[in-house]
Order: sequence, then C-alpha cells, then structure tokens
Amino acid sequence: MAIIVIADHDNANLFGATLNTVAAAQAIGGDIHVLVAGQNAQPVADAAAKLAGVGKVLLADNAAYAHQLPENVAPLVVELAANYSHVLAAASTNGKNFLPRVAALLDVDQISEIIAVESADTFKRPIYAGNAIATVRSTAPVKVITVRATGFDPVAAEGGSAAVEAVSLVKDAGISSFVGEELAKSDRPELGAAKVVVSGGRGLQNGDNFKILYALADKLGAAVGASRAAVDAGFVPNDMQVGQTGKIVAPQLYIAVGISGAIQHLAGMKDSKVIVAINKDEEAPIFQVADYGLVGDLFELIPELEKAI
Amino acid sequence: MKVLVAVKRVVDYNVKVRVKADQTGVDLANVKMSMNPFCEIAVEEAVRLKEKGIASEIVVVTAGPAQAQEQLRTALALGADRAVLIDTGTAELSSLTTAKLLKAVVDKEQPQLVILGKQAIDSDNNQTGQMLAALTGFAQGTFASKVEQAADGLNVTREIDGGLQTVALKLPAVVTTDLRLNEPRYASLPNIMKAKKKPLETLTPDALGVAVKASYEVVKVEAPAGRQAGIKVKSVAELVEKLKNEAKVI
Repeated sequence: MAIIVIADHDNANLFGATLNTVAAAQAIGGDIHVLVAGQNAQPVADAAAKLAGVGKVLLADNAAYAHQLPENVAPLVVELAANYSHVLAAASTNGKNFLPRVAALLDVDQISEIIAVESADTFKRPIYAGNAIATVRSTAPVKVITVRATGFDPVAAEGGSAAVEAVSLVKDAGISSFVGEELAKSDRPELGAAKVVVSGGRGLQNGDNFKILYALADKLGAAVGASRAAVDAGFVPNDMQVGQTGKIVAPQLYIAVGISGAIQHLAGMKDSKVIVAINKDEEAPIFQVADYGLVGDLFELIPELEKAI
Repeated sequence: MKVLVAVKRVVDYNVKVRVKADQTGVDLANVKMSMNPFCEIAVEEAVRLKEKGIASEIVVVTAGPAQAQEQLRTALALGADRAVLIDTGTAELSSLTTAKLLKAVVDKEQPQLVILGKQAIDSDNNQTGQMLAALTGFAQGTFASKVEQAADGLNVTREIDGGLQTVALKLPAVVTTDLRLNEPRYASLPNIMKAKKKPLETLTPDALGVAVKASYEVVKVEAPAGRQAGIKVKSVAELVEKLKNEAKVI
C-alpha cells in the first residue's frame, strides 16, 4: 500500500497543514510519497524531503502548475494516482479546490475533512457543522481524502531524507489562468498554526477597535481571528474568519472577545485546548464552552489583560 | 448566456440537529428544511447577472425528494425562470452522484455558466461543484467573492486561505459561491405568487441514465464529545493566574 500526499505550498514554502496530512497518512500506514506540483518549487520539494516518514518526493515543476490551477493539477494527480491506494491533501482552500476534481475523474467519492483514522478504509469526519461525527468506510478502489489539520499532530519537519524525483508530466487544460492575488501581510503567526488565537466578534463594534486585540495578540505571540458576524459587518477581512465557513483552529489557548458563540463559530474553535470568553452578556452561549469566562466591558478588560501578561 | 443554478434542500441553518439514538444519522423528522444558505447566494448571483443583462435565462435544478420542489419554488420567486427537479426519492446522494445527475442536466440544457453553493451545511462536503466541473471538463472558480464578465469569459475572485485570488475562466464554467459574494434578497409576495405558475419539470435518475450509488458507507453517526462549561473568573488578575498556574498555557 502506498499513499500520495499532495503538498500545500506557495512555490517557496511548504505549508504547515502538509505536516498534519502526512501524519494522517502515517495513521493509515504504508509508504508515503509527497507530490509537489508548482513552478520553481525546488525549495518546497527539499522541505518535503526532510519530513519525518516521507519515502519519496515527486516534483512536477512546470509553468502549468505555477498557481496550482485545479484544471491542470487534477489530471496530473489522476495519472499518478494509479500507483497509490490513497490520495491525500490538506483541507485547505487549495486542497478543497482540486481534490474533488481528482475524485470525480477517478470516478470515486471523496471523503472530506477527516479528523481521525480508524483503519485504512474507515475515517471519522464532522458533519452538520461539527454537531455530529460520522464514521465513514470507503469502498473505493482508491481512497481520495482531505485532512482537517487540527485532527492530527504534525510530523517532525526535520529528520527525513527522501529522494526528490522529477515528474515530467505536463497537463495544461488551457481553460483557466491566474490573474492576480491579494494576500494579507502579517507578522503574526498564521491562524491555522498559531498556539494562541485571539478572536473578536461584533462586540468590538468596528474594525478600528480590533487594534486592542492586535496589541494583546502581539504580547501573546498570537494570531488574530474573527467571528462571521465581525466579518459580515465589514470590521475585518474574511481570511480572519474562524468557523464552519471560515478557518478551523484548535490552538492551545483561544480567547474569544465580544463573540456570542453562534453554532457556526463554535464549529471552528471548540477543539481548542483552553477557551477563554470575555463578553459583557453573561448569558452568551460562548460561556457554555469556555473554560474561563470573564463578564464585563471588553474595552476595559482587554487593555488590562494586555498589561497583566 | 444561459445560467444553470443548482440548489439543495437541507435542514434549516437555525436548527440544532440531534443524533439519532441508534447512531444511523441525525434526526430530521419534523425539522424545518430550507434552501442551503450558499445556494441562496448562488441564486442571487444568477439573478444579478440577469439584471445586468449578462444572463439571458436562469434554470434552477435540484436533486432530492419531491418536497425539494419547495426550494425550487423559492428560487423561482427570487427570479429564476424555470426549474428542474431530479426526483431521487428518499435516497441519500453522494456528491459524485449529484454531480453526475447535474452533468446530465448540463448536457441537456447547455448552459454557459453553472453556479452552485460551495458546500451544503448538512454533509459539509464541499465537492459537488468541483466534481461537476471535472465531469463536464469546465473551468472552475470555487469559493467566489466576485464574478465579473471579461473579454474571454469570466474573472472570478476567490476566497483563499491567505486572502483573495483572481482567476480568468473560459466559458462554459462552474462557479461556487462563498459568503461574501452577495447578500440574497427576500422574495416578495407577488413574486411568490408568480413563481407558482413558472414551469417545473420533473426528471428521474433513470431517465438521465445515472445510477444512484456511492463508494462509501456510513458506519455510524455520533454526537461530538461535549465540552463542559468551565468557571467564571471575577477579574483579569484571576484569569491570568488561572491561565498561568492551572491551565499552564501562557
């Protein structure tokens, strides 16, 4: 049995979610190969070769894969999939984009966002925004799976020494092209990988007020997130959204500030190790999942907390 | 251009679902059902394209039980021109089966653009649009926050992990909607009345030549591990003390 993990990357850096995906592959068991599809992506292949547990890295380096357009990457993965029992990708926006396309071309169902491996063909995944956990057994000849990073501890980034093999297959469907991107620039850790996350909700009242959260986050070395309500109200951009329809996080410490705790927000953070809720409404549902609740005016409490840490 | 919009009947997003005692699924008896929220955004986008003169006709399609006609009527009241129900009875549909059914309708209707929600809030699969794009060989613009007509097709701005990405798609294409694409309107009473008279065609998987099957089985469905409410602290000082000495996370 051999497993191929499709790396999540930006041609320069291997993204952390790939380490969790390799961990899921280890839980399934078998030889683990990593495919890096990109352009000038040698640094990514080198990083993947060092991951603990990786036996081989395949590097498909071509302009057609520069932005990992699904129309081009999917047929590449489909052709390689013939040699594997499992095809895995992180449930990142990239993995979610191309992997269902792979599954359909292979004529198999995809198992989305697994959080646990029961056996080589049986997996657990959340449904209904995490209000139920389904155990699903795949009968497909090749298992096509996206992995929710928070379900698996990442493998070590160093220690492996896999060979990097070039893949010369070029698939260019010619029906889509990259125009541009606007990426948020931040010196703070990435939401999905941060050990501490400070999130703000509608209680912050406007985008400008998020600066008190940024100050607290910088003191804690934390990432900053937001509820859907704060995003919908235009306080902060959508890439900060934590929840069913945003990012799923499970840090050591999650501090929810001015967030009432809608089901869809809880779906994105309830697996955090320790949850702190700060809210002026003592009946807010967020307190039902919080380990430590503090009732009061966030505009007084957050600066006070920042000074106290 | 002709636009096809696919919608799904799901449990209403305000309903807190409960897992059945026999672990075969969630209890949907006497639960309010609605159009999937992302599908409402898909319908709205199609209507806006028609209002801008880009879309000429909007066909709304669903695969589901006969009662899914309710969601089709809602889409008709919002501005779709006609509807197609693929009556699959009580069968659970995998995303791949749904995509195959939709592919058959695409073959029949020949739309230039297919708009779907990015995921359904019941199965949370996030697959159908991408699978339909694969089966039809169309370009795909998933998780869209902006759709614009361009010289050679469409420019779609996508919500990605680090921010936004814009891709150019040749037509025909599949677009799946993210939350910020638009804010869906409410149907007016006159439009709800008018929708009752709009055409609604019913098809079956057999007629479309698609077998309803899945390459997986659900072994069981459980409630997630519960989280107990903790304690309320009285002050910032007490909170910091607990985080340092009890939880040991700072």
